[in-house]
Amino acid sequence: MTSTTNTTNTTSTTTTTSIAGLDVCVDHEGFMTVYDEWSDEICVALAAAIGIGELTDDHWAAIRFLRADFAEQGETATLRRVNRVGGIATKRLFQLFPKKPAKKMAYVAGLPKPHGCV
Amino acid sequence: MTVTETTATATATETAPAVMPDFGDDDADRTMCFICSKGTLDMAYPALVMANGALGEGIDVHLFFTFWGMDMITKKTMGDLKFTILGNPATHMPQGLGGVPGMTAVATKMMKKQIADLDVPEIPEFLELLVDSGAHLWACRMSVDMMKLDQDDLFDGVEDIINVTDFMELSDDAQIIFV
Repeated sequence: MTSTTNTTNTTSTTTTTSIAGLDVCVDHEGFMTVYDEWSDEICVALAAAIGIGELTDDHWAAIRFLRADFAEQGETATLRRVNRVGGIATKRLFQLFPKKPAKKMAYVAGLPKPHGCV
Repeated sequence: MTVTETTATATATETAPAVMPDFGDDDADRTMCFICSKGTLDMAYPALVMANGALGEGIDVHLFFTFWGMDMITKKTMGDLKFTILGNPATHMPQGLGGVPGMTAVATKMMKKQIADLDVPEIPEFLELLVDSGAHLWACRMSVDMMKLDQDDLFDGVEDIINVTDFMELSDDAQIIFV
């Protein structure tokens, strides 16, 4: 395994780890750091790792919104933004990604944790 | 520069990643209770923002509204909280200015715009967001009696009117934050 990491996160160390048989860059907590290394297969593996065994259409809708929004905005959407702009009910997000929906969504979508307060 | 670590577990493909966030799913349940006792716009937001953050972290949240905090959940007033520079030296404005007629309306308008610019909702919508996220809202019995209100006067998301003993029971082992 060689170091080819070009991280955008200057505050923490990036590590390479293996997800779904692929080497990907993650930060010290395990959130992926390279947008283009993410794939549907990786997403399924990440979801399984945090106890979400099956990704339904509703899961995918949230994940796809998060990915597209990040590509446009350069930062991970907060729950409120997923609700307001993505049109997914907050209640539903808590059902899909129990307890810590914003962080869990970001994790499986291969994005950094959201930084917004609301 | 970045450092690449090769660990033994990283070679174990098709299993959980070697480095994973701790989502705290196995942690004991944590409960936070916010006592909202103020009815000004600037004092309404801190508890709501913190409560929202707590809910997003999987924490059980209760909000207990008392005294002037009742304005936050009373239908008639909840959409019309105000901000004044009077008695608030942190605005760094001459205090005399606060007494000028219309100044509170101007200050309120300015603060509402600043909050809206951050895409943070107004109080009624924020309370709906909190309820949708699983928060429990309670009204103070003594305040309701004092202000001659009843449940119908209150925001629909308020679960019940409870007394201090009820609050002590539900906040048992909780972290309590008084605002």
